[in-house]
Amino acid sequence: MSDDLTRLSAAELAEKIHVREVSAVEAAQAHLDRIAAVDGDVHAFLHVGAEAALASATLVDESLAAGTAPASALAGVPLALKDVLTTTDMPTTVGSKILEGWRPPYDATVTSKLRAAGITILGKTNMDEFAMGSSTEYSAYGPTRNPWDLDRIPGGSGGGSAAALAAFEAPLAIGTDTGGSIRQPAAMTGTVGVKPTYGGVSRYGLVACASSLDQAGPCARTVLDAALLHEIIGGHDPMDSTSIDAPVPAVVEAARLGAKGDLSGVRVGVVRELTGEGYQAGVQENFDAALRELEKLGAEVVEVSAPHFQYGLAAYYLILPSEVSSNLARFDAMRYGLRVDKGASAEEVMAATREAGFGPEVKRRIILGTYALSSGYYDAYYGQAQKVRTLIGRDFAAAFAQADVLVSPTAPTTAFPIGDKVDDPLAMYLNDLATIPTNLAGTAAMSVPSGVAAEDGLPTGLQIMAPALGEAVMYRVGAAYEAARDAADGSPFASRTPEVKP
Amino acid sequence: MTAPTLVDFDDVVDRYDPTLGLEVHVELSTNTKMFCGCPTTFGAEPNTQVCPTCLGLPGSLPVVNRAAVEAAIRIGLALNCSIAPWGRFARKNYFYPDMPKNFQTSQYDEPIAVDGHLDVTLEDGTSVRVEIERAHMEEDTGKSLHVGGATGRIHGAEYSLLDYNRAGVPLIEIVTKMIPGTGARAPEVARAYVTALRDLIRSLGVSDVRMDQGSMRCDVNLSLSPKGSGILGTRSETKNVNSLRSVERAVRYEMSRHAGVLDAGEKVVQETRHFQEDTATTRSGRIKETSEDYRYFPEPDLVPIAPSAEWVEELRGTLPELPWERRARIQQEWQLSDAELRDLVNADALDLVAATVDAGAPSGDARSWWVSYLSQQANTRGVALDALPITPAQLARVIELVTTGELNNKLARQVVDGVLEGEGEPDEVVASRGLAVVSDDGALIAAVDEALAAQPDVAEKIRGGKVAAAGAIVGAVMKATKGQADAKRVRELIIERCGA
Ligand SMILES: [Zn+2]
Repeated sequence: MSDDLTRLSAAELAEKIHVREVSAVEAAQAHLDRIAAVDGDVHAFLHVGAEAALASATLVDESLAAGTAPASALAGVPLALKDVLTTTDMPTTVGSKILEGWRPPYDATVTSKLRAAGITILGKTNMDEFAMGSSTEYSAYGPTRNPWDLDRIPGGSGGGSAAALAAFEAPLAIGTDTGGSIRQPAAMTGTVGVKPTYGGVSRYGLVACASSLDQAGPCARTVLDAALLHEIIGGHDPMDSTSIDAPVPAVVEAARLGAKGDLSGVRVGVVRELTGEGYQAGVQENFDAALRELEKLGAEVVEVSAPHFQYGLAAYYLILPSEVSSNLARFDAMRYGLRVDKGASAEEVMAATREAGFGPEVKRRIILGTYALSSGYYDAYYGQAQKVRTLIGRDFAAAFAQADVLVSPTAPTTAFPIGDKVDDPLAMYLNDLATIPTNLAGTAAMSVPSGVAAEDGLPTGLQIMAPALGEAVMYRVGAAYEAARDAADGSPFASRTPEVKP
Repeated sequence: MTAPTLVDFDDVVDRYDPTLGLEVHVELSTNTKMFCGCPTTFGAEPNTQVCPTCLGLPGSLPVVNRAAVEAAIRIGLALNCSIAPWGRFARKNYFYPDMPKNFQTSQYDEPIAVDGHLDVTLEDGTSVRVEIERAHMEEDTGKSLHVGGATGRIHGAEYSLLDYNRAGVPLIEIVTKMIPGTGARAPEVARAYVTALRDLIRSLGVSDVRMDQGSMRCDVNLSLSPKGSGILGTRSETKNVNSLRSVERAVRYEMSRHAGVLDAGEKVVQETRHFQEDTATTRSGRIKETSEDYRYFPEPDLVPIAPSAEWVEELRGTLPELPWERRARIQQEWQLSDAELRDLVNADALDLVAATVDAGAPSGDARSWWVSYLSQQANTRGVALDALPITPAQLARVIELVTTGELNNKLARQVVDGVLEGEGEPDEVVASRGLAVVSDDGALIAAVDEALAAQPDVAEKIRGGKVAAAGAIVGAVMKATKGQADAKRVRELIIERCGA
């Protein structure tokens, strides 16, 4: 019984809990048991809050027993929270030694919304330190392993959240996406990951990597589950000035509509610059197959061009480090977090703490950003990068005039072996080639599993991109494709995940 | 370090032209901070007015306080500035323990108000126009307290305490353009400008503008150029100038110091200096080996400030009568000469007199009390006029008692003294000190008769029609009644009793 509960989708599990066929406590316990069984190998979690999870689930059960309607469509369903969002009842480390054991005095808005919705937060998931990385190898607490192959990376920075889904440790997770940190791990682990429109989900309590790029979003094993979670965490927050004051797009309705399998009238644009050369054969094959599937569903597939996307990676690696260098200045040992008491002056303590507390990738980006913002270099680096950002936004606008959604492979390769690229930052950065333009433009995108690559049996992802606040059509296309793919396979994609074997 | 050579001030202005620049920080008295909902009350227990945002906790975000933007726009309008239709905040990056995020959020190069002016009146009535470059919004830092060590400075301290209550309090920085051509009057112009700015901001009701509490702080920039050369010299920036008098003294000192450096054929160092209140001198701040690079860039956590033209006009409509408008009106209403008005302003008595008039007193009486007797009292006590423990309403009551004849001037002063001594309201002082004028005719007639009997020759003169002789009898009666008689009534009774 317990084992079955971990295989259900969030929607199925919620249904059982709400009709009181299964209790929220049983659901939580099943997942806690699963974590106990496999997380020693997967290492998706940095912290498991069993007690708080069971207490929260108990409240849901009590409320349902009293005849109260469920607090949300997902009340009682367990969730894995990326360790970048603040929680008052669990540490928040952002995968860094500099915040080891830090207990925030406040909940992130996303955390509060999850609690209010009656969702059971199981624990905090592993990530590349300060969300900088594409493999979760840059976590100060050791790498997360891909449930499809424990010797491979689960993607990053949100490798913990994605691996928790693929290992059936949770049916729902929250990720954050600065340059692909939700979508690329989704592709690597055969799960669904959504980067909402910038400003669609509050950033209050999201420990910043790059403020103008960061966006929290839902992760799940099905498109509908992601949509259900999206509607719970989305919406305007007066605590976040950059949050959009508009209704959350009706993504659940769109996902349900899409699942009916009709995409007639929908124009799907293939971004010429995001296919072909540089993409692993199996990735490209699955992408081409997905296009055929979309056509079968009635969509009109057109080719579009986004000539400035090729500069996206370079612009991203100037804007992101610049913001990082400033955002991470606050970690100075004066108020919270690690303190290395070396030296007599405040400056010496700050320097010693930052030296000991930050890992190499974080330091690399702080140095890059400090340099890019320096007087005399600002215009050539940060200034030029902002211009590229504007041009990429225009490319998107032009493309969306021709197509309702754009598609590409989510990542150029399938999951690579742990240790393969950890010493080659440039190779690591290329992972995010296809996902970065969306962050630079502030638009929305998702990754949906598109099968496994013929050559290595590892999952690949289809990226679906939509204009700002255009999530509804994106979910519709994603759900339609998912339904068609499952029908062709004869079973949900998640059921193809191999059992975790150490 | 050797003491700087100082050149006599008159000698300085004979040979050099000073150029002034003033940067004034004003802490707004909004209920909440610039980017969070914390209160801004001065003097609260350390670290009790803080939240995740103003402590810079990971994950926290700023939200602009609309009331602060409103105050900034109103200050800009009152300074005749143009209001920018669009502007971003920027981050000024540098590490300092009292700054929670290790960057300050400031408007930097996109200020909300630009290109204004403030007309300043000097003591002799000369008007000087000070051009305003910009006014921009930013957040204040916390406060450090360095404990142990001799100087109270960070160097040599045993440990430091940090109070973040002030961190994030809204500041408006008002920067003048360079002010040339003030010559020997440079110190006076600087002081008059800061005074005028203080009065202006106070009239807007957006700040306490208390230099002693740090809600108004002034940095003085000064450079000298050889007289008539027109070549701008290197400037020094003097911080920590915390009173109007210090503004004047800082300018004067820096002029003498710069001249000493230049006379010695050396170069003035472009540096930050700190004003020393006790010695009226400036000392060099720490010389940094490298010039500070603040790595400014637009604050990505905030959206641009874009005040609509309608809103700006609406705010223009809320501007109160500005100080110079008010002074012109008062001068006319009270029929004051230029000199009388200036005395009133220089004595810092205008507001007090106006409040006393508002409480019902005639302006002449109110003016004379504040400018003479009460100014003396303030001087004696060594406090500012508005710090005397008497309110305009209390003074107005004293004046009323004089007008109705219940007090004479001498008694009135005693009542005021009683109020200043904390003996209560004027009427309570009158009662407790027994200071009411003797207005009972019976008692007065007895005293008059007694005085007439004591000086029969004078009485005879009065009876013979020499009314002027009554003065001697009045004096005697006043003495007998210990000054509590109404002299006018006494004179009337004398004449009545003598049948003159
Ligand atoms: Zn606060």
